[in-house]
Amino acid sequence: MRKKELKLIVTFHTTADAMAMEKACKERGVPGRLIPVPRVISAGCGLSWCAETAEKENIKAMMQSVGIQEEDMHECMV
Amino acid sequence: MIYMDNAATTMKKPQCVIEAVSAAMCFMGNAGRGAHAASLDASRSIYGTRQSLAEFFHAENPKQIVFTNNSTESLNIAIKGTIRPGDHVITTEMEHNSVLRPLYEMEERGVELTIIPADKRGMVDYDDFAKAVRSNTKAIVCTNASNLTGNKVDIKKVGEIAKKSGLLFIVDASQTAGVYPIDVQDMNIDILCFTGHKGLLGPQGTGGMYVRTGVEVKPLKSGGSGVLTYSKHHPLEMPTALEAGTLNGHGIAGLGAGVEYIRRTGIDKIRETELSHMWKFYNGVKKIPGVKIYGDFDTEDRCPIVTLNIGDYDSSEVSDELLMTYDISTRPGAHCAPLMHKALGTVEQGAVRFSFSHYNTEEEIAIAVKAVEELSKEE
Repeated sequence: MRKKELKLIVTFHTTADAMAMEKACKERGVPGRLIPVPRVISAGCGLSWCAETAEKENIKAMMQSVGIQEEDMHECMV
Repeated sequence: MIYMDNAATTMKKPQCVIEAVSAAMCFMGNAGRGAHAASLDASRSIYGTRQSLAEFFHAENPKQIVFTNNSTESLNIAIKGTIRPGDHVITTEMEHNSVLRPLYEMEERGVELTIIPADKRGMVDYDDFAKAVRSNTKAIVCTNASNLTGNKVDIKKVGEIAKKSGLLFIVDASQTAGVYPIDVQDMNIDILCFTGHKGLLGPQGTGGMYVRTGVEVKPLKSGGSGVLTYSKHHPLEMPTALEAGTLNGHGIAGLGAGVEYIRRTGIDKIRETELSHMWKFYNGVKKIPGVKIYGDFDTEDRCPIVTLNIGDYDSSEVSDELLMTYDISTRPGAHCAPLMHKALGTVEQGAVRFSFSHYNTEEEIAIAVKAVEELSKEE
């Protein structure tokens, strides 16, 4: 298994939210990818957006401007 | 075969729809049930169609678009999920059984029903809507166009009445989605019910609904959602709230391609071709002795449908003769719109419906006119 790193994990209420997130990030060149929600986090939707922790404010601002609602934001080892 | 039953289903689909379904059957996993490539591709494809439909109908957010199997399912969810015993509902005689039967079922459970009458041409009087409003009126459920005559209801006008009285406005767009532009904001539509396999040119088994943000709809089904596995209740978040179980991802990929085809080609251009066929056929058959045409043709604002009878012939015999002698496919009999048949006086005879596609040709229209002419002369 690869070594774990500290990442920003954004969770969502629905798959549609996760899809909206991926699309918005791709369109705006915001790095990251969809991964299964890590076991340490309890979330509604099984998909989460995984990105570098340094991107947190950037991602928050982007989500607000696009109107995507997160369920939660975590920083954890994945 | 000359196919003229497009109000039942558009048989000829754009090649891009066929290719989209075929491609989806090669790559699609189960949407939202994992984060592997095949599952994500399915989720992306479905979300793409959701977004296209949201833009197409001017929904405020793609999350307010829900996928179902057809208009019937959408209408059942809308009617049974928002109306409660003790509520009063207004509908019209123009409706299809997919509106009437769920409403009759609700009537048996204690819902009061007012059905606005249709005149001999199958049209309603808009003043009747406002007159029917009571203190306990919850909703207006109304078709956008009759599947029997093709005549449209001015949905914007009815939407204004609903808004003024604070009523929920549920619209059946089975005959108009993909044919006429629908703007749920401008028309004050709270729930729009549509099917994918008619004007939207998608596969059968696809359909959906738009639900305005904040409108609470109790789901008909609960079950797998890919989210909140350990909760005893189905999630309340849209669109998941109304989408229990695996979606028809392959079909939805095709539906998305259908919507994109319409946007690319131009909804007005497609409709103008269809209406041009309709008028050519109508003008060709209207003066034939013994031919009786139903509905209002004084208006240009209608769907590409001409429904007729020849003398006292049983409509099924006429439709069969059209098929056997001329290879023309039409629909005879009763058209799942019982109150409209009563209004038009065609309960016994039924009626033969010709409904056109932009894929029909002028030559086909000429053959159909000639066929009606010849059949009307036969003893």
